[in-house]
Amino acid sequence: MKIIAGVYQPDEGQILLNGKNVSFPNPGSSLDSGIRIVFQELTGLENLSIGANLFLGREPRKGFLIDSKKINQESEKILTKVGLNRSAQTLLGELSLAERQLVEIGRALSMKVQVLILDEPTSSLTLEESNRLLTLIQELKSEGVSIVYISHRLDEVQAISDRVVALRDGKNAGELAKEAITHEAMIKMMVGREVDTSRIQRNAKSGPKALELINISTERFPDCKVNLTIKQGEILGMAGLVGAGRTELARATFGVDPCTGDISIDGKQTQLRSPHDAIQKGIFLAPEDRRNVGLTLTSTVSDNLTLPNLKTINKWLTHRSKEEEYANEGVTKMGVKTASIDTIIGTLSGGNQQKVVLSRWLMMNPKVLIVDEPTRGIDVGAKAEIYHQLRTLADQGIGIWMISSDMEEILRMSDRVVVMHEGKISGELDGESATEEQIMALAVGNTNATNQQNGVSQS
Amino acid sequence: MKPRSKELGILVILILLVVASALKNPNVYSGANLQNTGRLIGIYGIFSLGMGLVIITGGIDLSVGSLFALLGVGLAMMLEKGIHPVLALSITMAGGALVGWTHGLLVTRMKLQPFVVTLCGLLLYRGVARTITEDATKGFGDATGFEWLKAAVTGSVIGVPVPLVLLVGFAIVTYVLLHKSIYGRYLFAVGKNEEAARYAGINTRSVITWAYILCGFFAAVSAILLAFYTNSIAASTHGNFYELYAVAAAVLGGCSLRGGEGTVFGILLGTTLLQVIRNLVNLLRIPSQLEFAVMAIVILIGVLADTLLQRKSNKVKTTKV
Repeated sequence: MKIIAGVYQPDEGQILLNGKNVSFPNPGSSLDSGIRIVFQELTGLENLSIGANLFLGREPRKGFLIDSKKINQESEKILTKVGLNRSAQTLLGELSLAERQLVEIGRALSMKVQVLILDEPTSSLTLEESNRLLTLIQELKSEGVSIVYISHRLDEVQAISDRVVALRDGKNAGELAKEAITHEAMIKMMVGREVDTSRIQRNAKSGPKALELINISTERFPDCKVNLTIKQGEILGMAGLVGAGRTELARATFGVDPCTGDISIDGKQTQLRSPHDAIQKGIFLAPEDRRNVGLTLTSTVSDNLTLPNLKTINKWLTHRSKEEEYANEGVTKMGVKTASIDTIIGTLSGGNQQKVVLSRWLMMNPKVLIVDEPTRGIDVGAKAEIYHQLRTLADQGIGIWMISSDMEEILRMSDRVVVMHEGKISGELDGESATEEQIMALAVGNTNATNQQNGVSQS
Repeated sequence: MKPRSKELGILVILILLVVASALKNPNVYSGANLQNTGRLIGIYGIFSLGMGLVIITGGIDLSVGSLFALLGVGLAMMLEKGIHPVLALSITMAGGALVGWTHGLLVTRMKLQPFVVTLCGLLLYRGVARTITEDATKGFGDATGFEWLKAAVTGSVIGVPVPLVLLVGFAIVTYVLLHKSIYGRYLFAVGKNEEAARYAGINTRSVITWAYILCGFFAAVSAILLAFYTNSIAASTHGNFYELYAVAAAVLGGCSLRGGEGTVFGILLGTTLLQVIRNLVNLLRIPSQLEFAVMAIVILIGVLADTLLQRKSNKVKTTKV
C-alpha cells in the first residue's frame, strides 16, 4: 500500500492504472493520478481546525490570503457527507479517534478520486458510524470510484465487497468472487487454517472481588458516578460506543487522570494517584493508544519489556545479561514474533507490539489487567492468540477488564458484560447469554432492554 | 551496543584538526598551551555534562551563563565577608542545585516549557548579580585566608590541571548514572516518550526534576572553577553565552534536542572539540572576531555530516530488508 502511495518504491513488478504502466516516485504523483489513501494510522494535524486539515496543501485563496469562509463552507458540506456532526472550526485535537477517522475519509473524498484505498477505516468506529461509512462507500461505488477496502472486520468485508483478495505474509493468498465470500472461506485464506469464532471457554470460576470502583467520577463526566467490580479470574467485557467514557474510566483507575471516589483492591481501600501507584498495587493497563503511550516505538523490544520492572530485574546498576534473560522470557511467554529482543519495536506488526505490551505486565504478576481495545488493528491470527492468552490469565485468577468496541470480541470473551453510555454504566449482562442486540440497546442508552434476571448495577 | 558513528565522526574531525594545526604551528604541543586548554576543557566539560542530562530529557537550560555570574559574585562576596571557604563553597553548590530544582518544579509541576523557564532564569540571575554588585567587578585578590582554596582549584595534579581531573571524576560518575544505572534508563525513556514512560509506572516528574538539579549542581561546580580561573568577575559579562557552549557541545556530541539521545563520551568529545577550535583560532592568529564564525562552521559541518551518514546507513538498512 505504501508503494501505491509513492512512499516506498517497489523492488520489482509494475503498477497498471487504467491499463497504463505508471510509476509513483513520490506521494504527490500518486495523488495526481487520483489515488486516495486513508491510512489506518491517523495523519492529521491536531493543532489545526477540521477545515484547515481538509484543505491542507490546497487552501482556497483570496489574493495572498486564505479564504477561510470558503474553507468553512466547503468543509461543512464534506462533513455532512461523511456524517460528522462538528463545526469545521473545531480543532482536530479535540476530536475522538473515530471522528478523526471520518475527517481523514472526508479529506480523501474532497479531492478528485479514481481509486480510494481505505485501510481499516472502521477499526475505531462504532457500529453506527461504520454503517454510515459503508453506505457512503456504496454511494461512491455507484459514482464509479474503485474502492480497495482493507479490513479485518469480516462482516463488513462480506457486506460490501464485490471481490475479496487475501494477503498473507506479503503474498497473494487467494481471491474470492462475491458469491463465495463467507467468513470461513476468508479466514481460511488469511490464516491458512481454520480459526474458531466460537466462545472462548473459561476453566475456572470467579473468585472474590479483585478491584472495586465505588462512585468514581472522571474529569470528562464529573456528574456521573460509576460503580464497578472486577472479580478474580473473570473477564469483564466493557462495551459501549466510542466516547462513552470507558477509556476515561480505565485511565482514571490506572492513575493517569485524577478522579473522585473510592477504589479498593482485594477489599482494602486504596488510592491510585499515578500509574506508578497502580503498578505497585498490581493494577496494569494496556492502553488504547498503543503506539503513543503503550510503547516507545523507537526503542527496542527489550527496552520496552524491561522498562516498568527495571528495579526488580537489577539491583542498583543495570545488568545487560539479566535484562536479556528477562526480555527473552517475556518474548517467549507471549509468543512475540521478533528477529531479536534488540529489534526496534516500531518495526513489528501491531499484533506483536500488543503482545509486548501484555507480556510486559504478565512478567509483573498482575492482579487486575485492564486491556483497552486489545486487538485493534491486529490480524486474525494474532487476535486468536491474544484471546487465548487473556483467557489463560483469567483462569490463573487474574481479573481482566476488557474494553472493546468489537462486538464479536465482547461476545466471545466476556464472562460478564458491562455496557457504558455517556459516562454511566447503562447495564450489565451475563456473558454467556448476552446478545449483540441487547448490548447495542444498552450502548445507545436504552436501559429497558437490560436482561432483568442479571440485574442492573446502576440505579 | 551499536557502534556510535556520531562520536567516531567527531573524533576524526578532532584528530585531523589537532594534527593539521600542530604541523602548522608546533606551539600546540607546548606545555603551557596544553595546560591551559586542558583547564578550559575541564571547566566547560563539567557543566556541559549537566546540560547533556537536561537535553536528554528533551529540555534545555539557558540560564547556565547567568548562573555563573550570580554564583561567582556570590562566592566572591561571601569570601570577602570572611565566611569560611568550605561553607561558602557549600552554599554555592547548594545554590546551584536549588536553582535547578526550581527549574525542574516549574517544568514538571507547572507544565511550563523548559526554554521559557530557563530563559527567565537567564535574565533574572544576571539582573540579580548586577544589582547585588552594583555592577562592580568582584574578585578574589590575593585570596588572603583561603590561599589553599585558590591553589587547589587553579593548580595541577602531576601536571594535569585540577579542573580536568575533576572533569574525569564527574564524567565517570555521569557515565555510571546515565549508562549503567536505572535512573539513566528512566532518563532516556522519559526523553524518548514521556507519556509512555509514565504509563510504564515511571515517576517522570521526579526523573526530570533530578536532571535539572544535577545540571544546576554541575553548573555551580563549573562556576567556582571559572570564577577562580578568571579571578575577576564582572556581573554584566561573566559567563555570557556559556550555556550555548554547553548546548553546542552536547549537540556536536550526538545529543538530540528532541530528547532521548546522547552519551557522556559524545559530550566530552564535543566540549574538547570546541575548546580546541578556540585555541587554534588563537594560535593560528586567525582574527579573534572570527572565533564564533569558525565554531559555527565546525558545528554545522559536524551535524550535517552526521545527518548525511545516518541517511546513508538507513538506506543500506532498508535495501537489505
